[in-house]
Amino acid sequence: MRKLGATGAVVALMASTTLVKAADVEVLHWWTSGGEAAALNVLKEKLQGQGIGWIDMPVAGGGGEAAMTTLRARVTAGDPPTAVQMLGFDIQDWAAEGVLGNLNEVAAAEGWDEVVPEALQAFSKYDGNWIAAPVNVHSTNWVWANKSILDELGLAEPTTWEEFVAAMQAAKDAGKVALAHGGQAWQDATMFDGVVISAGGPEFYKQAFIDMDYDALSSETMVEAFRRMETLRSFVDDNFSGRDWNLASAMVINDDAAFQIMGDWAKGEFLNAGKVPGEDFLCFRVPGTAGSVTFNSDQFAMFGVGDEEAAEAQAQMASAIMSPEFQIAFNKVKGSVPARTDVDGSELDACGQKGMEELAAAAENGTFMGSMAHGHANRAAVKNAIYDVVTAHFNGEYDAETAAEELANAVEGAM
Amino acid sequence: MATTRAQPDFRTRLQDWLPRIVLSPSIAMMFVFVYGFIVFTIYLSFTDSRMLPSYDWVGIENYVRLWGLRAWWTAVINLGIFASLYIVICTAIGLSLAIFLDQKIRGEGLLRPIYLYPMALSFIVTGTAWKWIMDPGIGIENTMHLWGWESFEFRWIKDRDMAIYTVVIAAVWQTSGFVMAMFLAGLRGIDNEMLKAAQIDGASNWNLYRRIVIPLLRPAFLSAFVILAHLAIKSYDLIVALTGGGPGRATELPATFMYSYTFTRNSMGIGAASAVIMLMSIAAIMTPYLYAELREKK
Amino acid sequence: MSVATQDTAVRTGRVTRTFIYVFLLLFALFYLMPLFVMLANSLKPLSEITEGNMMALPKVWTLEPWAKAWSSAQIGVEPTGLRPYFLNSILMVVPAVAISTVLGALNGYVLTKWRFRGDSILFGLLLFSCFIPFQIVLIPMAMVLGKLGLAGSIPGLVLVHVVYGIGFTTLYFRNYYAAFPTELVRAAMIDGAGFFQIFWRIMLPVSGPIAVVSVIWQFTNIWNDFLFGASFGGQSQPMTVALNNLVQSSTGVKEYNVHFAGAILAALPTLLVYIVAGRYFVRGLMAGSVKG
Repeated sequence: MRKLGATGAVVALMASTTLVKAADVEVLHWWTSGGEAAALNVLKEKLQGQGIGWIDMPVAGGGGEAAMTTLRARVTAGDPPTAVQMLGFDIQDWAAEGVLGNLNEVAAAEGWDEVVPEALQAFSKYDGNWIAAPVNVHSTNWVWANKSILDELGLAEPTTWEEFVAAMQAAKDAGKVALAHGGQAWQDATMFDGVVISAGGPEFYKQAFIDMDYDALSSETMVEAFRRMETLRSFVDDNFSGRDWNLASAMVINDDAAFQIMGDWAKGEFLNAGKVPGEDFLCFRVPGTAGSVTFNSDQFAMFGVGDEEAAEAQAQMASAIMSPEFQIAFNKVKGSVPARTDVDGSELDACGQKGMEELAAAAENGTFMGSMAHGHANRAAVKNAIYDVVTAHFNGEYDAETAAEELANAVEGAM
Repeated sequence: MATTRAQPDFRTRLQDWLPRIVLSPSIAMMFVFVYGFIVFTIYLSFTDSRMLPSYDWVGIENYVRLWGLRAWWTAVINLGIFASLYIVICTAIGLSLAIFLDQKIRGEGLLRPIYLYPMALSFIVTGTAWKWIMDPGIGIENTMHLWGWESFEFRWIKDRDMAIYTVVIAAVWQTSGFVMAMFLAGLRGIDNEMLKAAQIDGASNWNLYRRIVIPLLRPAFLSAFVILAHLAIKSYDLIVALTGGGPGRATELPATFMYSYTFTRNSMGIGAASAVIMLMSIAAIMTPYLYAELREKK
Repeated sequence: MSVATQDTAVRTGRVTRTFIYVFLLLFALFYLMPLFVMLANSLKPLSEITEGNMMALPKVWTLEPWAKAWSSAQIGVEPTGLRPYFLNSILMVVPAVAISTVLGALNGYVLTKWRFRGDSILFGLLLFSCFIPFQIVLIPMAMVLGKLGLAGSIPGLVLVHVVYGIGFTTLYFRNYYAAFPTELVRAAMIDGAGFFQIFWRIMLPVSGPIAVVSVIWQFTNIWNDFLFGASFGGQSQPMTVALNNLVQSSTGVKEYNVHFAGAILAALPTLLVYIVAGRYFVRGLMAGSVKG
């Protein structure tokens, strides 16, 4: 029955592609830096080959915040773009406003349900309908390490939290900055993603951040997580506050610092500096979080458009985004991994392949979880409430006990 | 200013009404785009608007929540510190520079644009330059250490209690030159003969400026105050580019607070409530000034 | 309204004079410091920056970041550099500055020479409108522009900038015209000159200095606006949005040298306006807003 429907859709899709001259797509996004934008250009050219024009609407800033403000103005003015780059709960929030379109036809025809991990589908689908096409999966619980410093100090890749602390201590004793970090709220929170799992395991992470359980948030385990943040705090240099993440990466690249905890986009900085994974730098999961992957995923949400031509163009764009070739081509440049688990990752570098394998395994085991720091565990208001507490604690305003209590209250207040 | 009204034919009647007709587009735009929007914002502040405007009335809940937020208190206190220091320092520097620049200085033509140019730059990138300059690891402190002044310390931007002062420094950098121009213009408008007479009477330079020149600059002080006050209240780019509101949320100002609640935290109701408080404070500061200014003109 | 060129210089001793020069030069250094950082870093390869010495002069001098920022940096999906966005900004800035200045001049003329009951209150309301924070007008403005069919277009942006500029331009012109002898206007009226004739023949010819102030003020503010440009620019995004796209990247490689070059390029028109018109600027302020 299902198969029949799918075939019907394919036929309909093919018929429409040949008969209707598809309209243009206007794409609002914030991928403006060199590599990302170039990668997106691949998509543009692919669509142009199919006769679909690409109207570019780039608005960078604040990890998409500026673009979301623009989007709000556009929607309010009754003139939404056709496709918009979005993250996590934003997609769901916009869907709840009833302004998004529907991609069920192309999703069914291409069998997205089977190839996209379920945790991702939670964001790409609303009320059972496909509303967005995922482009990539970033994961946040990575550590980037300077291999020559580790070799010099005779350190192996740490696998437990205790080993990690010992390794940082050794680096600090050797006069290096143990942990390169930039003190911005989202960076503090990115570390917190990994630290919470290391302290309480994936189940605890889910209870605390996804179910937002008051008891978990104020529990002794959470206090322990905050204590671990204090440990990390003692290994950063004095000037960490306000530093951009890529300058922190540069410290690891330039042999000034031993480790950085950052999402996999940091890889781009290392590769750009001519460093080779495995030889010059190491990538591994935050010690104590092996087997878990906290992710964030860029998606293109499709806005409801009146006429059929435009809807057709949207479907074709979504289909192009989901095509295995694009997924590989794009993610090779971006540092992330494909959003579908069935593509051949052999073209990716060592870290990318590792990331893909771990993602597939985590998806299998139910430990593939949305990143709190990047808006994939809870809504914007809650996320920012957590940011406030984590940052305040990291900057020494609270002790661990108070922080856990404040966290539980802040989350409850923002819900 | 009434014209003769002997025969109110069409032409003269038109002449009578023409000034008001000419003024009307501006007034109409003002009522729609400023006061209409203010009313709209006030309305939103009593609704449960989140991502987009909603029209479900919730009473004063947003205000209650707003004043319960620690970040809002920080923002309000910061604005107090920031605005007062910024206005005072800018005025002091602007006035000093103007007085000194007015002493038949060689190279005035070169110095003036140097003082003025920061106003022309947008803070999107200048903020990065300032951030680097004030960063102890790569900026001034580091440079001084390299030059041999080992004990030099300047790490305010990393310090929760001091970071707001770095914002003041960058803001003063941007506008004090403009204030200088306003005072310079005021000085150049003062009648020189009066000063000469006072000097002949043996007044010292200090007294000359304190007793005669500075009182004569009163209009310039008022204009500078209005310009600086409105810039202080609207300061947004500065914070975003320089400190991002950090360390922690130590340098949050009401403008950044309002933006973040309205647009990034999807709490438009609270954002609107904070905007209303801001507008009320502006009105409280501005009304006396406007009243004095307009009454004088009668 | 004689344009006084004399300064209020007082007799000063040599010590005081040296102090004054030192003071002025120290401040010049303070003002130039960020420009130095931006220029120096825009002329070195990225590797020199990330190595950590951001305050130093380049070891290897290069103009490549400038070329890149101008014509080949990635702004959106296509590597266009900032070049194409200049035109958008100009198409927006010129009409917006012109219209708001003309309206300001007419308003100032009416409010000083054709006064009527309640004009002070209207002026007060207009002045208060200068203080409205732009963040709060974004959403209602989007609604209105949508209704007018102007969303996402240059005319829409021009409208927005005119609306929020009128308060300032009216303030400048009103204060300037207030100092202009009303007797001249009255005499012309008795001679039978009409409203526009008087404006055209008597007021406009003396309005040069204050027009410079109004143009500089509006030009700088509109050129540097990001919020409205990003929200209502649509396909014709202005320069600042492009600059922002160039420098803001959350997860990509940051090319600081290109960013600084781009920032200076983007600011060139306003810098030029300040340098060229700077002297008239002080003169205009002197005759106008400050004297009140």
